[in-house]
Amino acid sequence: MTEGQGDSGPLISLRDVHKEYRRDSFVVPVLAGITLDVKRGEFLALMGPSGSGKSTLLNLIGGIDRPTKGEVRVAGEALNALNPSKLAAWRARHVGFIFQLYNLIPVLTAYRNVELPLLLTRLSASERKKRVELALSLVGLEGRDGHYPRQLSGGEEQRVAIARAVVADPTLLVADEPTGDLDSKNAEEILVLLRRLNKELGKTILMVTHDPHAAETADKTLHLDKGVLRS
Amino acid sequence: MKYLRYVLSHLWQSKRRTFLTVSSIAVALFLFCTLRTVMTSLDAGLRASDDTRLVVRHAASLVFPLPLAYRDRLAQVPGVVKVGFGNWFGGYYQDEKNQFTQFAVDVPTVFDLYPEILLGPAEKEAFQRERTACIAGEALVKKYGWKLGDKIPITGTIYPGEWPLILRGIYRAATPDADENAIFFHWDFLNESMPEGRKNLVGIYWLKVAAPSDAPRVSAAVDQIYENSPVPTKTETEKAFQAGFIQMMGNVSTLLTILGSAIIFAILLVTVNTMMMAARERTTEIAVLKTLGFRDGLVLQLVAAEAMLLSLAGGIIGCGLAFLLFRKVNFTAGGMIPNFRVLPETLLLGILLAIAMGLLSGLVPAFSAARLPIASSLRKVA
Repeated sequence: MTEGQGDSGPLISLRDVHKEYRRDSFVVPVLAGITLDVKRGEFLALMGPSGSGKSTLLNLIGGIDRPTKGEVRVAGEALNALNPSKLAAWRARHVGFIFQLYNLIPVLTAYRNVELPLLLTRLSASERKKRVELALSLVGLEGRDGHYPRQLSGGEEQRVAIARAVVADPTLLVADEPTGDLDSKNAEEILVLLRRLNKELGKTILMVTHDPHAAETADKTLHLDKGVLRS
Repeated sequence: MKYLRYVLSHLWQSKRRTFLTVSSIAVALFLFCTLRTVMTSLDAGLRASDDTRLVVRHAASLVFPLPLAYRDRLAQVPGVVKVGFGNWFGGYYQDEKNQFTQFAVDVPTVFDLYPEILLGPAEKEAFQRERTACIAGEALVKKYGWKLGDKIPITGTIYPGEWPLILRGIYRAATPDADENAIFFHWDFLNESMPEGRKNLVGIYWLKVAAPSDAPRVSAAVDQIYENSPVPTKTETEKAFQAGFIQMMGNVSTLLTILGSAIIFAILLVTVNTMMMAARERTTEIAVLKTLGFRDGLVLQLVAAEAMLLSLAGGIIGCGLAFLLFRKVNFTAGGMIPNFRVLPETLLLGILLAIAMGLLSGLVPAFSAARLPIASSLRKVA
């Protein structure tokens, strides 16, 4: 791992981060001077009304968007300084993404979906197989590897998405409303699974949610309102 | 190779689109091969031409005959080593649609003038001995299922009536461009059957000269002899004669090139549109791949590879079908294009064209996919 900062320092460090979007001639401010530190192994929930900038903050930390101003440093790397190619390699190595709508590739089986991040590594086919099977068993989907997303329930699809997020053993998991599209039973199972990943595997998790019950699963909850953090 | 499964999964899961796109490309490449084969087959006569063979015909038109009496005088022109002659017969076999080349030829000279007609000694002798005998090309014999000794009734259009020819020889062509879809029979047999006013008339003379460099001088000398006669001649090399024959059909080559290009361009637009639609439908998926760490260059390659595979599959099917079909059915366009076969260079050109189509059709969607901004693309769906 290329963490850069020792175990004692924050895994995620944001300093005076601003983000604005341009809509034709209008400038829409989304984040206004966010400063935040997240420790390694922490499970953090981000809450706030729609349009408050939760997902934007998550995207900046996950390296899929860039701030207008300020510094985003994750796992020892200043993301602003990386070019698109290096940023892609950094994401592959350090971040696992979990989306509200699962975002599995519909034409690939559960196995092939989970294998996708490993295609970017130098692992052999047999090593990839071992890893995929381990990830699928971790989320309780042994024996469902040949199923396509359309053959799975919503809860199962999200489990496959979580297996895909953890299969390459990333430093950080970012989850954008992971239970937002699930019924309460499946939502509960996903939250238990995330908690296990945090407690047993020590994964640092950042989760955006509207659901106060989901937020209770996290160690700490931060509130965003109009682009400003309120603890 | 590890990404091939991803590309193939997309093609396999969108079976209908894959089938239709591959089919449209296959049809385009089939038509391309067909049109180009028309051109190359018309040119086969040019390629098969011998630079030491001259053709002498009536100066006004091919339809007017020359007197048989010219033969001896032509043989005396300095530089001429052999004189032969023949008449285009223009008949059909059993049905009007069964048209192919038939020539009544001067049998004693034909094999000296045309060494590319390969015939066994026994068959040659049998042909030379019998006045109603004929020889036919191997491709033609195969097409109609003839065998030696068969009576082949040819119905004449220029020379009316039914002409009962006996097959005494099956020739092979010494070069791929020489015609194996023709029948040759005795000019004497034709001549003796003619009424008095049509006897001793020759369609064209073939002159063999010692060297290609003699051709201009001999041509000029022959035409000069008959310049002021009632039946003037036009003498030219066999190549020039064949070229003139092709020109009689108009500028076929340009027309076919325009047609072929229009077809390919139309299909290219369809394929580009299909690939762009496919990429647009997968905006979220491409954004997810990039989120997982797939670099822009890799995404570009994956989308382009899909277009390339579709195009290549269509190309192989279209070109392969043209090759096999025309070989199987011995297509001759009603005798108009006797040597109709898809050349290896046409197949190669077709496959290269398919690759070019794949590149062009994949380029636009591949670049769009590679440049796709991740965050906004995910937001569109979430």
